[in-house]
Amino acid sequence: ISTLLMIIKNLIVAAAVVSARTYADFTTEATFEIKKCDIHKLDEAPATQVVMTREEGLQYYRTMQTIRRMELKADQLYKQKIIRGFCHLYDGQEACAVGIEAGINLTDHLITAYRAHGYTYTRGGTVKEIMAELTGRRGGIAKGKGGSMHMYTKHFYGGNGIVGAQVPLGAGVALACKYLGNNELCVSLYGDGAANQGQIFETYNMAALWKLPAIFICENNRYGMGTSVERAAASTDYYKRGDFIPGLRVDGMDVLCVREATKFAADHCRSGKGPMLMELQTYRYHGHSMSDPGVSYRTREEIQEVRGKSDPISMLKDRMLSNNMASIEELKEIDVAVRKEIEDAAQFATTDPEPPLEELCNHIFYNNPALEVRGTNPWTKLKSVS
Amino acid sequence: RLKNIVLGWNDLLCSKPMMVRDALNQAMDEELERDERVFLLGEEVAQYDGAYKVSRGLWKKYGDKRIIDTPITEMGFAGIAVGAAMAGLRPICEFMTFNFSMQAIDQIINSAAKTYYMSAGFQAVPIVFRGPNGASAGVAAQHSQCFAAWYAHCPGLKVVSPWNAEDAKGLLKSAIRDDNPVVFLENELMYGVPFEMSEESQSKDFTIPIGKAKVERQGTHVSLVSHSRYVSHCLDAAVVLAKEGIECEVINLRTIRPLDVECIETSVMKTNHLVTVEGGWPQFGVGAEICARIMEGPAFNYLDAPATRVTGVDIPMPYAKILEDNSLPQIKDIIFSVKKTLNV
Repeated sequence: ISTLLMIIKNLIVAAAVVSARTYADFTTEATFEIKKCDIHKLDEAPATQVVMTREEGLQYYRTMQTIRRMELKADQLYKQKIIRGFCHLYDGQEACAVGIEAGINLTDHLITAYRAHGYTYTRGGTVKEIMAELTGRRGGIAKGKGGSMHMYTKHFYGGNGIVGAQVPLGAGVALACKYLGNNELCVSLYGDGAANQGQIFETYNMAALWKLPAIFICENNRYGMGTSVERAAASTDYYKRGDFIPGLRVDGMDVLCVREATKFAADHCRSGKGPMLMELQTYRYHGHSMSDPGVSYRTREEIQEVRGKSDPISMLKDRMLSNNMASIEELKEIDVAVRKEIEDAAQFATTDPEPPLEELCNHIFYNNPALEVRGTNPWTKLKSVS
Repeated sequence: RLKNIVLGWNDLLCSKPMMVRDALNQAMDEELERDERVFLLGEEVAQYDGAYKVSRGLWKKYGDKRIIDTPITEMGFAGIAVGAAMAGLRPICEFMTFNFSMQAIDQIINSAAKTYYMSAGFQAVPIVFRGPNGASAGVAAQHSQCFAAWYAHCPGLKVVSPWNAEDAKGLLKSAIRDDNPVVFLENELMYGVPFEMSEESQSKDFTIPIGKAKVERQGTHVSLVSHSRYVSHCLDAAVVLAKEGIECEVINLRTIRPLDVECIETSVMKTNHLVTVEGGWPQFGVGAEICARIMEGPAFNYLDAPATRVTGVDIPMPYAKILEDNSLPQIKDIIFSVKKTLNV
């Protein structure tokens, strides 16, 4: 029996050694060939041979998967009528948010439009507070007062509902960076629909004139609501629309492409050369919002094709597996962990109470003595504190 | 000798008269000096010294970084100003006139006014939008609109409308120091009008609180409530009416939002009669709001007659002088309305 126990013990030790060796066997970093960016008014393009470490890969994977599952959960909750109003989902575009964040620092600044849940997450918001904001609860990132389109966190200025308005705002943040001399920059995102807005061209002009550290990024997902780019823009070369501003057209489905282009643009800005423009060619699987099935202006085949050939998460997964940077089990573990995180967040978001009515009128003014707010009738006098 | 002594004391107690534009200039100069985060942007504010010379000398003193000439792109530069405020600066965004602010109104309302609320107190927007508002002289329909009612309609904004030079200085300093979006409505016709400045207004820390009206003239028979240029008209009307034994109490609102209803109520409860005077159009205007608020409050029971509004004529502003003059409240209109209200 003691011999048998010895054998069993050795087998256990051997198994431990084998699994330890399996983890140590992973490639710690690999070089990848990525698509070359189209350039406008530039002499150089971002690198096409880029290094990704195993850690980076796992982090990008986890972040993109979190965004993906969070958005799908939001879809579910919306159909159950637990989320109401507008809900613009980001699934398909994950490589943009994750790639951009990988190319800048958390101390930099970012602003986007209403398809903002992914960015709220990459900028530091938690899934829990994002989902609770969607369900309008007091634990929401904006205490339930903003909703899907108005989420804010440090160095993240929303979440903006008016198409195009966020672009001048972002240039203003960049102006503050230059004014304060802090070597920070501001990324201002907008879609292919917004790209035709006049205020964006006004912003290009001032940003270039004053050499603001601004990166303007057009997330071109081919459709402005139900209108395809060909039907909306006389020129669909969005990366050239900044005219005198140098531009890059980037594969927005490849997180490494987005990262490299962002780093390239960030270096340009930080060197004091002024703004840069990036067009990320990407795709949204959902319609414009939850009220749009998304199949009246594009075919299901098209959606399936993008999903099959260019899904950002699948692409990263394939890269990591084929370069022995991770195992299928490891990635599955991440999937399971993400699913749990989302489930817990959804649980919180559906059980957390709604904001208290006493706080209805708060947050009108900052740093202000309390004021009285008229209710719906002359006898109802409500209180507002900062 | 006695005359010289009196004049000497007078000089000590009051300074030389100061024009409204210089009071505004001084306010901005002092605040620019006090806080490095304050800066001014707008069309012609720097090298031209300001379209109406309100920012004269500031660019020479503070340079390109803090006094910024913008292209003629209101929506763009107002948005940039709001973004800068979100990121920690304290911009003063000048509109050459508030008529042009309509191009930028989305940034003022949706990006500035509503953000602190939408973010549940996370994101403040300490910005001042300033410039001339209302009618000028002979500039016709597109350049003469009063925006007091438009902006005062919106929660999240403070709307200030100074009358004299002291108002201009004290209120602009308060507006710049306020951590919230303030719409500061000046008046082009008042820029060149000189006013005595009190001793205390000489101080670099002189501010006038936003949200408090001022009783410019005590009276017992009727409360005349006005803002901006029409305060002068009310005071002039009061002088004429006094000769006929009618004593008007003249209230200078100073702030449109938040409205100092208490001041108006206290006055109405004393005089029992209310006449509001404004340059803007009557429908859904400042006077309309005052009347509604009086109805809803304790002062209603003290009214001996319905409240009266004296306003601009409900038309786009015409050009010809005779037409323009008859499109705006004149002193005789105020006198007429007071007498009708008092039934004399």
